[in-house]
Amino acid sequence: MSTLVPLPVVVPLLGAALTLLLAGKPRLQRAISVLCLGGTLTVAVLLLVQAYRHGPVVVAVGAWPAPVGIVLVADQLAALMLVVSSAVTLCVLLYSIGQGRSETSESSPVSIFHPTYLVLTAGVTNAFLAGDLFNLFVGFEILLAASFVLITLGGTETRIRTGSTYVVVSILSSMIFLTSVGLVYAATGTLNLAQLAQRLDDLPDGVRLALELMLLLAFAIKAAVFPLSAWLPDSYPTAPAPVTAVFAGLLTKVGVYAVIRTETLLFPGGRAHVLLMVVAGLTMVIGILGAVAQSDLKRLFSFTLVSHIGYMIFGVALSTTAGLSGAIFYVVHHITIQTTLFLVAGLVEERAGSTDLRRIGGLARVAPLLGVLFFVPAMNLAGVPPFSGFLGKLGLLQAGVAAGGPLPGVLVAAGTLTSLLTLYVASRVWNIAFWRAPRLATNEPVVRLPRLMVGATVALVALGLALTVLAGPLFDVTADAAADLRLRTPYVRAVLPGGVP
Amino acid sequence: MTASGAGPTLVLVLAVAVLVGCGVILLLERSLTRILLGVIMLGNGVNLLILLGGRSGGAPIVGTGPVERMSDPLPQAMVLTSIVITFGFTAFLLAVAYRSWYLSGDDEVPDDLEDRQIIRRAGRNEAGAVDFGGEGPNGDPEQVDPEPARRRLRRGDDA
Repeated sequence: MSTLVPLPVVVPLLGAALTLLLAGKPRLQRAISVLCLGGTLTVAVLLLVQAYRHGPVVVAVGAWPAPVGIVLVADQLAALMLVVSSAVTLCVLLYSIGQGRSETSESSPVSIFHPTYLVLTAGVTNAFLAGDLFNLFVGFEILLAASFVLITLGGTETRIRTGSTYVVVSILSSMIFLTSVGLVYAATGTLNLAQLAQRLDDLPDGVRLALELMLLLAFAIKAAVFPLSAWLPDSYPTAPAPVTAVFAGLLTKVGVYAVIRTETLLFPGGRAHVLLMVVAGLTMVIGILGAVAQSDLKRLFSFTLVSHIGYMIFGVALSTTAGLSGAIFYVVHHITIQTTLFLVAGLVEERAGSTDLRRIGGLARVAPLLGVLFFVPAMNLAGVPPFSGFLGKLGLLQAGVAAGGPLPGVLVAAGTLTSLLTLYVASRVWNIAFWRAPRLATNEPVVRLPRLMVGATVALVALGLALTVLAGPLFDVTADAAADLRLRTPYVRAVLPGGVP
Repeated sequence: MTASGAGPTLVLVLAVAVLVGCGVILLLERSLTRILLGVIMLGNGVNLLILLGGRSGGAPIVGTGPVERMSDPLPQAMVLTSIVITFGFTAFLLAVAYRSWYLSGDDEVPDDLEDRQIIRRAGRNEAGAVDFGGEGPNGDPEQVDPEPARRRLRRGDDA
């Protein structure tokens, strides 16, 4: 079983090499990409089942034993993230293939798209599976390098302008991460996460806090936590729709995943929890207030993305099993929903010629299916019962109430307010873009939306609904994962079976 | 590095401080070329810092000396990786700066257009026009609205 663990990283990388060689044969290129991601999804599901039944699956790369060699670890959290991320990347890939077939304009992917996209996937899966701080860094760098290419795809003036902000901010956060990796090594003499869990506990409090804050700073930039979130709404919206969708779904969540790992495995019971709770509340409220003011669909969704990161950070900061479980559930829900919404924004752009709310209207009459495709995930995001957004928020708020104390109380209030404001934002978009007199920003004759694009979006909407139906079993998995994370011993024992050296 | 196996030399620590300091100051600039230089200096500073994290000493090859006098090979391996990564990022940023200069004539990073619009609107204390459009018939033949608005107007005329 452990031979499966490296596959989610290796298969997309090999696929990237193959698709690069076959750049001249688009049909073959597409087939290989779809096969690779389909394979990754299958492996991820197998890993999740294995991790749920028998505990973390570990592989020592090159057969070097754990503290010396590099390990890849698929525990329940990592495996769950793998399943969701590969499902989402597969859907977005199909969407982009549909888009590529329909037209050959500036927004459609070019032949470099497939290799880069696969490298991005490999980076994301590597970050999830890394059992070693430096390997986590490498995973981040792989996905960042790929994302640089994707965000400046085509090299037009707007994309270069927004891309340069993104590139500089990302490089800076990488430098901070690298610095903290160096400092962690200098302080403890190891980078293996399981071994670090032990050695960091023995450090003096001040050093421990400094290292924790350095790591959190690096991850918070990537996860777009306020006040480090200003780069996101400026840089995401100009990229092609599938690229924005996959960035919104996955890249920030990799940051959240890293925060979860840091806060549970490396620094449990650290002193940063109060700080995390404050920034979580600010992220929620300020993010959603930003969304209220926007008049472009993609920018608006970027702000809701930032805002809802706050929920996950809140769950982590509670440092209870219930809070952590809610946060993991919310990550899964939010990856799916936010990606779906950006895909819908892409469909709106395709159909109406623009995502600018000032130029479009009456889409519900012109394209009823599009209306449904927007309505379901938007209500899901806002947390209207019975959708998974409601269940996730309910789980988090219950955990907040159970934790007691004034600060969690304030956070619960902020969470409720954010949920209501999200509902306001969603209904505002609905009123402006989907009701009113039909108004399109393009005069081109109506063409049917490519079936594959619509199909991929429908699949993601269905996945969001499936999360609602399967919320019970999913909460079982997340609660189990959260309990394991809080205990730390399952992870440490799986990586270092002979005890900590 | 000293071969004595003692702590890091002061010169290296100072070099890290100077490189990182200059890098940060250059990063605060608006021009992409200066940011690029800042990234290079910051990257080199951080790489040196990683090197400082391990024990210094002789070459870490088994058989060349006693194990306890060897330097720590792990930071050196990490630094090799991170040098490659920094190099790649620098090259990409250079390409972006060149492309930016090619397209717009300069390599300044401008403010976001949408942000500036919203700030201007907030300064004049007005809401976005989109939120008011589309009420009533508004040229939509399928929208059937009764006439309350007009009746009120007439009463106003009488008064």
